[in-house]
Amino acid sequence: MAVISESVKAMNGYKLHVVKTEKYKTNTLVWKMKAPLEKSTVTLRSLLPHVLQSSSSSYPSTGKLRAYLDELYGATLFVDLAKKGEYHVITISVEIANEKFLSDPTPLLKKAFQFLAEILTKPNVHEGAFDEDTVEKEKRTLKQRIQSVYDDKMRYSNFRLVQEMCKDEPYALHVHGEKDDVDNITPQRLYEYYQQAMAQDELDLYVIGDVEEADAESYAGELLTFEKRSPQTAPASSGRTKESVNEVREEQDVKQGKLNIGYRTNVVYGDPEYYALQVFNGIFGGFSHSKLFLNVREKASLAYYVASRLESHKGLMMVMSGIDNSNYDQAVSIIKEQLEAMKNGDFTEQEMEQTKAVIKNQLLETVDTARGIVEVLYHNVVSGKEITLQTWMDEMDKVTKEEIAATAKKVSLDTVYFLTGKEAGK
Amino acid sequence: MEKITFDQLQEELYYEKLESGLDVYILPKKGFNKTYATFTTKYGSIDNHFLPPGKEEYVNVPDGIAHFLEHKLFEKEDGDVFQQFSKQGASANAFTSFTRTAYLFSSTSNVEMNLETLIDFVQDPYFTEKTVEKEKGIIGQEITMYDDNPDWRLYFGLIENMFKNHPVKIDIAGTIESISHITKDMLYECYETFYHPSNMLLFIVGPVDPDQIMTQVRDNQSKKDYNEMAEIKRQVEGEPSEAAKKKKVLEMNVQTSKCLVGIKSSTANQSGKEMLKNELSLNVLLDILFGKSSEQYSTLYSEGLIDDTFSFDYTQEQGFGFAMVGGDTNDPDRLAETLQKMLLDAREKGTISQETLDRTKKKKIGAFLRAVNSPEYIANQFTRYAFNEMDLFDVVPTLESITLDDVENAAGNLISEERFTVCQVVPKK
Repeated sequence: MAVISESVKAMNGYKLHVVKTEKYKTNTLVWKMKAPLEKSTVTLRSLLPHVLQSSSSSYPSTGKLRAYLDELYGATLFVDLAKKGEYHVITISVEIANEKFLSDPTPLLKKAFQFLAEILTKPNVHEGAFDEDTVEKEKRTLKQRIQSVYDDKMRYSNFRLVQEMCKDEPYALHVHGEKDDVDNITPQRLYEYYQQAMAQDELDLYVIGDVEEADAESYAGELLTFEKRSPQTAPASSGRTKESVNEVREEQDVKQGKLNIGYRTNVVYGDPEYYALQVFNGIFGGFSHSKLFLNVREKASLAYYVASRLESHKGLMMVMSGIDNSNYDQAVSIIKEQLEAMKNGDFTEQEMEQTKAVIKNQLLETVDTARGIVEVLYHNVVSGKEITLQTWMDEMDKVTKEEIAATAKKVSLDTVYFLTGKEAGK
Repeated sequence: MEKITFDQLQEELYYEKLESGLDVYILPKKGFNKTYATFTTKYGSIDNHFLPPGKEEYVNVPDGIAHFLEHKLFEKEDGDVFQQFSKQGASANAFTSFTRTAYLFSSTSNVEMNLETLIDFVQDPYFTEKTVEKEKGIIGQEITMYDDNPDWRLYFGLIENMFKNHPVKIDIAGTIESISHITKDMLYECYETFYHPSNMLLFIVGPVDPDQIMTQVRDNQSKKDYNEMAEIKRQVEGEPSEAAKKKKVLEMNVQTSKCLVGIKSSTANQSGKEMLKNELSLNVLLDILFGKSSEQYSTLYSEGLIDDTFSFDYTQEQGFGFAMVGGDTNDPDRLAETLQKMLLDAREKGTISQETLDRTKKKKIGAFLRAVNSPEYIANQFTRYAFNEMDLFDVVPTLESITLDDVENAAGNLISEERFTVCQVVPKK
């Protein structure tokens, strides 16, 4: 039995993906819109889904729209933005109870499709512009959302690392856009951009739950129709290496120092070495049995959290940790030593097997949630590859020690960012 | 083994109380890859003043010790248990709340082996002076991390404002100073008081065979000796009904201010069905008042007093309870004032329509269905409910039974000016 059985069908202007499963008591629709990440559109794209979800032509206020969702047994409407490599992805999802668990037999799935179609195709627009009040309110919230990264020091230092590391690349852009660009957005301009995105973005609709494929197809065909398009592709991520390591130190009034280290892995999702890279990251810093956790936390007691994670489509690996300001040198040197050990193949068969087992476990757990299923499947849309979850796990199983060490050798240190308290170094 | 069926939800729950007093629940979930198990003791940060077994005098233990013990239980003579779990393809974790300490794993293979590891490691404490000292560095960093986190400071600041004596006001991790006093002997004393099987609950949810799992747990427990356990004696000082402090402003390194309004609960001594009804009525009330479809939400959002970090919540356990509402804001004083006025207005009878109540109940029922998609939610919440003598699977029927009177009474009992308090985080000047 396949781990996930996805059926994909080309519709008018988008692809429909149906994953039929009886696991859930709800059905989930996930709408994805993908376009290259660019300075000129990043802020518009960040604002757009928030304006779309706040009202529509049939539900012209947030109160009315949300009351309708409550009436549909608390269907949820949720929007999100993400950077995947050099792409900026908008997600709009609707989750609704499966009526077979209710005493009331209202056909909720169809209503969910109608509602999603309403949000996407019948926005609250007058004379070629979005409703002005709505846009103004959402602009204010967007500014606060962008600004809020500053207040969560973990997110902030992660963001600052990427900003420093990818200085001249689109990836340095903030996923929620640029605060200075928010004020210039007018309701007309946003509406123009909405039309452009609907005409040009790569669009995908995922339907997850105990649904008949034929029903999903007929609802989608009837309610969601867009023009054909050939979506823009972003230039391939550069595998550039810096001549010297970029070291950035920033002082703020914080008690705990945040150490964030960025590496170029020079491997992306879909590359033959991708599976070895996953195992490498797992042994190095992905889990609580990993080298970083054992050496930085358990042996040296320097940190509560220390971990590494991959940005698979961009080819980056990020290490993050919270340490005492005075332990910077010790922490950096332990982390560097662990990477050297990986390059030298200084890890055991057992560490390797253990890591493969845990990664496999993690993947299988991810696809126990509807959102997780979509995240796993959407990698293929972003990369233009066709890799099933089964292939992913099989290929990972075959990875050898030599391949892991060889992949580790491709990993190069790019930037060390340290957010430090004002008392540091005294 | 008892089998309990929930027809509407199409779920079956298996239950047995073992001889040692341990409660074991198994919920089979077909089609899932993951099995999730939690092993939880009814022991949290509030249990800092108690009578250890065989002793005659009550002891006061340092703040943060329940959480410290949670960390230390993972370490054994031959290494740490995380290693063991990951060798078996599982991921393990633990958390400490005000009233509970839970140990858990999730895995998609080797379930029996992982379950054995879970039960055995929790039932086999190993503390040494040396490893206790080492942990102080790690937990010290955990505490410092939270110190820099404005949302955590705001949340705890609000709870501190509400309570004068009750230990719920103590930060779960303690302070760097308080944990410095922890010794291995204290850890053993806490362990012996609170980790008896009769004070614990094991919950397993996933694609499992209940007979097989129950047999395994029974066999595991029958190999271990436990004395009869006397009732655990905890001591808690009396707590006045009004909030201890009306307002606190914390200056932090932030750009946006934050503001929470809290209300100390007046119904702290409930349990069972009474507690379930009260808790759900208050959740419905808060949703009617501050949910995204409410007039109040529209007003607050339109006036720019809130953004999408706005949230509200009601927490109740035996002995304490509180509601909180708020979020990031550009005008913390005006937000505090407006929220308090909205709450007081809501106390007046007749402000809620039957239509709004029905809609909100529907919303809550849908939210419950969504929540039971999650094995984590089922295990963690079922345990919390059971420790309060409630049943998670009574939520839908109880929600259906809630009337306008119930909501109005709950509002009348909760909302009172003397129980209000405000906590704000503002940018440093």
